[in-house]
Amino acid sequence: MRILPMAKIVLKSLFRKAATQMYPLITKEYYPATRGKVLNDTEFCIYCGMCQRKCPAGAIEVIRAKRYWALDPKRCVTCNYCVEVCPKKCMTMDKRYTAPSTN
Amino acid sequence: MGERTVIPFGPQHPVLLEPLHLDLVIEDEKVVKAMPSWGFVHRGLEKLAEKRDFIEFPFVAERICGVCSHSHGMAYTQAIEALMSLEIPVRAKYLRTILAEFSRINSHLLWLGLLANALGFESLFMHCWKLREKILDIVEETTGGRVIFGACRVGGVNRDIDAPTLARMSRLFTGMEKGFREIDGVFRKDYTVQKRLQETGALSRADAHLLGAVGPVAKGSGIPCDMRRLGYSVYNELDFQAVVETEGDSYARTSVRIKEIFQSVGLIQQAIAKIPAGEVSMKITGLPPVGEHFEMVEQPRGEAVYYVKGNGTRFLERFRVRNSTFANIPALLKILEGCELSDVPMLILSIDPCISCAER
Amino acid sequence: MAKELIVFIDMEIPEMLTRVEALKLEGYRLMQIHCTRVESGYEINYTFALDLPSQNLRIHIDREQEIPSISGIFPAAFLYENEIHDLFGLNITDMLIDYHGRFYRTSVPAPFGQAKKDTGGGE
Repeated sequence: MRILPMAKIVLKSLFRKAATQMYPLITKEYYPATRGKVLNDTEFCIYCGMCQRKCPAGAIEVIRAKRYWALDPKRCVTCNYCVEVCPKKCMTMDKRYTAPSTN
Repeated sequence: MGERTVIPFGPQHPVLLEPLHLDLVIEDEKVVKAMPSWGFVHRGLEKLAEKRDFIEFPFVAERICGVCSHSHGMAYTQAIEALMSLEIPVRAKYLRTILAEFSRINSHLLWLGLLANALGFESLFMHCWKLREKILDIVEETTGGRVIFGACRVGGVNRDIDAPTLARMSRLFTGMEKGFREIDGVFRKDYTVQKRLQETGALSRADAHLLGAVGPVAKGSGIPCDMRRLGYSVYNELDFQAVVETEGDSYARTSVRIKEIFQSVGLIQQAIAKIPAGEVSMKITGLPPVGEHFEMVEQPRGEAVYYVKGNGTRFLERFRVRNSTFANIPALLKILEGCELSDVPMLILSIDPCISCAER
Repeated sequence: MAKELIVFIDMEIPEMLTRVEALKLEGYRLMQIHCTRVESGYEINYTFALDLPSQNLRIHIDREQEIPSISGIFPAAFLYENEIHDLFGLNITDMLIDYHGRFYRTSVPAPFGQAKKDTGGGE
């Protein structure tokens, strides 16, 4: 039996650069593919309601008559399906996650 | 002989993160009998398949569970493709397999970390999760999701991975294998780990077979129960052997998972070397016909059985998932009989329970 | 799994019980049990596996019919049978551990047992 097999790893880690980042000061670089949050450019939106019908989580609400489009961020599972089916391609997947609320 | 007492254990417990409740009948410090109680995270996802388009349902199937998410998506899409007799592009199959093995490494590193945490071995826990972070980063870069990959779609995969990235994925392990070997050494040689895991929770081969144990629980008891041997996706073109240990204790189950990490590294490197060029998805025409199909896949936690029944419409008639944890619960109850009360969280952890998979 | 490896065998309840006992002696393990709603009632699938190819025994039953439990033969069956009892409302007798409908605590009794059009809400 060896004594303290973990000690070597711990000592090595002690003298290396930290594996974590000081989060609020240094934010992580997101990858281009990252599914962060759904955005809709309502200027080009035709309010067809396709995204509402296709959303697996039922997170999008569209009222055509009132030209109303809303996404419930708590229900959204960021699956990217609404972006795929959008006929006008006015919806995009932003690579940044929703920022935490500060108030 | 002491008096018998019933101690409720879970669903909220400092060590065990899973919402599983057990009523432990104890005598002095020994557990005589354990009785599971269930249903804290039942969401009725099987029923939801009757209301969701079969093309959209992979998004729901992937969210059955967080860690084996990719294998759920893979199993669901494979089941639908088999039902509809679709032959998907070979490159898509390879990409699915590569990601499935990444998710297996992710799951096992997560579990090893949780095990170390339950042992009170914080530095080992941090080290396991440090390694896991690299896996998650490369997966996020290639699929867009860290935990829920969202890679599978009916008829292929959502996103192709280009050749330089694949080469980088393969090279990633030349640096990481040293890290895996280091944690392997700690789990093998550390006194605390050995004392807590060896000879606790022994499950004989006969019991494991009778109780229908699957995955690392069965493999730790000497049963080579590995659904990848069925050769689904491209596993028939890759060279591997089911990892088997014979002791049947918690230590054997840990050992199986560590060896599976190395096996997955090998499988990923083989698959990346063999991957052909070509399309990654195909257009789906038609609807699932009247018929039924069973699909079995090896998830990180063991075998999962998918059953789909089509009725000729966009909605499935019946969708059924039998997950590995569900099959391992009877084995867990057997393991718990006669153990010390202080070992209970350790033993529950040793089957790698995932209750949200099991209850759907 | 290749389609030809999956065999479905339709049978009656007494025949099923003798067959299950025979399968146990042959060394099969219980893979899963599941229930499906069909037009004439329900069907229950028992899947057994010996190494890799599997066997499916299938019985057709009505809602009122009593189904004998196989948990005396394969102890692991009690989980599946309680699940069928709670989600489909079928009557399974002599289970090894009987939860009496408290396995899944669903807001609607037997939610999976109803036809598709009956289940409102959820959307």
